Parts: sequence; structure tokens; C-alpha cells
Amino acid sequence: MAHRKPTKYPDMFHLITPSKRLNVLSKDPFVAEGRLAMPYRYFPGPVATRFFVELRDNKRIMGIKCPDCGTVYVPVETTCGKCFVKTEEWIEVGNEGVLESYTATHYTIPVQPTPAPVIYGLIKLDGADTDLLHLLGEVDPQVLRVGTRMEAVFREKREGNILDIEYFRPAGNH
Amino acid sequence: MARRVGIIGAAQTKYGRKPEMHLQDVAFEAVQKVLQKTGLKFTEDGSGIDATISCSQDHWDGWTISSKNVVNGGGGHLRPEEKVAEDGAYALYYAALCILGGHYDCILVVAHTKESQVDGRLIENSGLEPLYTRMLGLDFTSCAALQAKQYMHTYGISHEQCARVVIKNRGNAMHNPCAQAPEILTVDNVLGSPVLSEPIRLLDAKPTSDGACALIIGTEEKAKKWTDKPVWIEGLGCSYDRHYPGYRDLTDPLSLKEAARQAYGMAGISNPRGEIDLVELSEYYSFQELLWSEGLGLCEPGQGGRLIESGATQIGGEIPINPSGGLLSGIPVNVAGLNRAAEAAIQLKGEAGGRQVDGARTAVIHGAGGVCGQMHCVISVRREP
Ligand SMILES: [Zn+2]
Repeated sequence: MAHRKPTKYPDMFHLITPSKRLNVLSKDPFVAEGRLAMPYRYFPGPVATRFFVELRDNKRIMGIKCPDCGTVYVPVETTCGKCFVKTEEWIEVGNEGVLESYTATHYTIPVQPTPAPVIYGLIKLDGADTDLLHLLGEVDPQVLRVGTRMEAVFREKREGNILDIEYFRPAGNH
Repeated sequence: MARRVGIIGAAQTKYGRKPEMHLQDVAFEAVQKVLQKTGLKFTEDGSGIDATISCSQDHWDGWTISSKNVVNGGGGHLRPEEKVAEDGAYALYYAALCILGGHYDCILVVAHTKESQVDGRLIENSGLEPLYTRMLGLDFTSCAALQAKQYMHTYGISHEQCARVVIKNRGNAMHNPCAQAPEILTVDNVLGSPVLSEPIRLLDAKPTSDGACALIIGTEEKAKKWTDKPVWIEGLGCSYDRHYPGYRDLTDPLSLKEAARQAYGMAGISNPRGEIDLVELSEYYSFQELLWSEGLGLCEPGQGGRLIESGATQIGGEIPINPSGGLLSGIPVNVAGLNRAAEAAIQLKGEAGGRQVDGARTAVIHGAGGVCGQMHCVISVRREP
């Protein structure tokens, strides 16, 4: 799978300059500006890699099933924590599902992939037993409801990461 | 418990933004206060405090191995010092186990954090699993908003019911000299405050806060010797749920129920609502006080909204929750759970002044951490009649 460029990571730790309001509390305290930033490479391992390759190459969302309790996990995990066994069986779940919760986030932090308000949702894809956390788009959050049918919209240029799904939008209106 | 662990003394800084102070001095202030209160010293011969257990978090402090910050301020110079990098309730849990295990007789537990030094939403983002979650730009507030929405939808909890938590807690803080943000608020104030992440508004979330809290605990023998009002730790429980919020039913705090089951079982509590006199819980957001009340068995699932409306959780009610003012009145992360313990101890010692719950003998301390309350720690305490 393609990794995001390491140059993306410094943004994750960008420190916000302390508010000027701080300075009125006492005698203008001295501030040493700092920044924690380091490139980091996460190795997803073969299971998550397959999940991302399917997104990138086939625009398919894959789940993985626990042999003991039958839970279909999306996104995929190598183990079922509940049963403490390895998950094994791959199952293609739908690119559509039901909205279980949603929120519009109105503040801005430099790690957000789109300008605020950023709309997030938990989507239970058809055939999955867990909810996928993702961005929502092409929708006014005011008209969203728990239970709305949603469908995945894939990016044109996919890199093999969770943002290969650009967002979910209400299904069937397009 | 075969042996008993007693809380000997507790002290805190005033909470609030402290731009003029170094991290270490914030911890030092709380530690100095608790030493003054108890008259205890750091010693090697068993005549005082044997060891320090600290609680802080590397990213929040801005350098790895954050316990370096409290070596001097926490009495750790050339002495045993260990850090618990989770909520302060876990530090107390671990300290109690160290005493129950017989390794130490008296331990200082200190938690510190200066949230104002960093944009905490970035710390929270970096605390999320990197492949599926972090890239989406989420933080704990946006994730908590998803939890709030689902909880409110599932059980018909209203925003007004959540607002009543803010009003109660910030109002209780009027009587707490350590509180950062005591204020008399109305439902309109809360519902009219700026939206952070729907349905969570500014006043539904805890403010940015700096501060420290210190507790001294000891064996039964030491506690009886060094305080005439020991508070006994009777039940301890902790539990973790899955990290990924989509793997959990966010409306059903299983790890909290499990932590409570352990603690109540150990303490012999079968009817928490009837047997507990007050609860200090960790509501990072207003709706969480309702949801955690359910998880702690103070009401049935989905009844958290009715519980706050009934007035039962007010000071003077049947089961006061957060008479201190709770986290919504401004307590830093990491310090939060230890602050709950300090406030519970202050209550049971009868030293809570205007926020005193009359005749309080039993209390429950609750610490939470992780996204959407992934992990929970429950500690029950009691004083002798
Ligand atoms: Zn399983």
C-alpha cells in the first residue's frame, strides 16, 4: 500500500500560539515556542493492507469475520478482542449502509482533511456488524437523520488509505 | 480486602490557566500543601512517605517520560518514583495495589497537567489509532459528539437535560475554592453557547485547565496513626473496551459497568443508589454525566435524563453527583480522576464547606479515559461512623 508522504505528519503536532488573553493574567509570562514533529511510518500488517488495497484497486470495502462469535468487523482487525481469536474469513460488505450517528464539527484543527464544518458519521455498512467512522459529504447536516441510507464516494486518485473513500453521501439521490 | 488502604490526606492547586508557572511547580504546589496538611515527610525508614506515584502524559507535557517533570516537585529525588500514564484514578488504583501487595506502607500520589500549553485537540488526534481514525482529523470532542448524538437519539435524552448537568456542576463549583469556572448558568446560556461539534456546545465541554492534585494513602496502621479521619478504599475496579468507536455500542458503557461490578463486588455494594452517599464522576462532556450515571448503576439505561431532572443528583438530593463542580468546572485531563478522589475524601472527612453533602459516609470515585470513555476506573470509599 502507498503510505502518505511523511511530510504530512509534522502538521499533526503543530502547536497553536498561546492566546494573547493569557498575557493579561499576570506580568506577561515568557513563552518558549516549541513544536513536536517527527515523521513516522506505521506498518499496517497484511490484514489492514488488504483492506486498503481493496479500497484503492477495486473500490471494495472488505470486512473480516470472527470464527467464534461471527462478528463482521469493518474496518478490519486481526483479532476479535471479545473472543481472543484471530479473525480469518474475508467478507465483502456493501458500499452502502445506515447512518448510526453524525456530527458537524465547527472548529478547525490543522489535521482535518476538509475545511470546517467537517461532517462525521458512523455508518453500519450492509453485511457489517460494526460501524465505520468516516466523513460525510454532499449533504446539509440539518437534513441528516439516524437511519439515513448512505453510500461511499471514492476518490478518483486513490493512495491506499482510509481517505480513498472521500466521504459518504445519502444514497440514491444521484 | 484482607488489608485496608486509607486516604490520609488530599490537596489541590486552584485550577485555571497558569501561564506564569512551570509544570513542575504546579505539581510541587499540590505536594507541598498535602505535606503541610498531614505533617508527613519523605523518609527512608518507614516514618513517613515511602514512595511517589505520579500521573501525567507525555504529549500533554511536551516531552517523553513526563514523570521527569515531577522528580523534584513530587519528592522523587533519589527515591522510588513511578508514573501511571492514564487518568489519575488509575494512579490511585495502582498505588492502592502497591500497598495491598505489601511493598510500601505509605505513598504520595500526584497528578499534574497544563492543558494550556498545547492545543489539546491535536494531542487527542495523535491519541487516535493512525490508520482508520486519525487521518479523518477527529479529536475527542468530535468523537464524543457522535456518542452524544447516538445516546440522545436512542433514549430520547434532550439537550436541556444535558444542560442541567452544566448548570448543576458549575453552580456547585461556587462553593469550591479550587474550582476554575464557578458560575450560575441557565439552560439558555448553555444552549446558546457556540457549537463545537453538534450537539456539543462550548458550555457542554470542560474548559481548558491547568493544575495538580496530590493524595497520601497508607496501610490501615499508618492511616489510623496519621489522621483521625481516615477514608478507607473498599472497592477497586478498572476495565478497557475496544479503542475504535465503531466497534462499540457507544450508548452502552460496558467497560464502566465492568469496572463498577468489580469495585462494588469488592466493597459489598449491591444497591449502589441506596448505599452510596455521593459520586464524583468524570464528565468530560455534559451528556457523559448522564451516561456514566447509568453505567455506574445509579439508574436504569436511558434514565440518566430523568435522573438529573428529578433533582436527585443535586447536593441535598438522594444521590449527589459532582458536588465539587465536576470536570465541567475545569479540571485538567490526567488530574481528573485523582481530583475526583480528593473531592470524595474531602467530603467524607466533612471538610467540604458549602458543598458538603451532609452525613456523607460512602462515595464512589470514577475516572475515565480514552476516546468516548474507552476505559474506566471505579473506586469506592467509606469512612467510619
Ligand atoms: Zn469474536
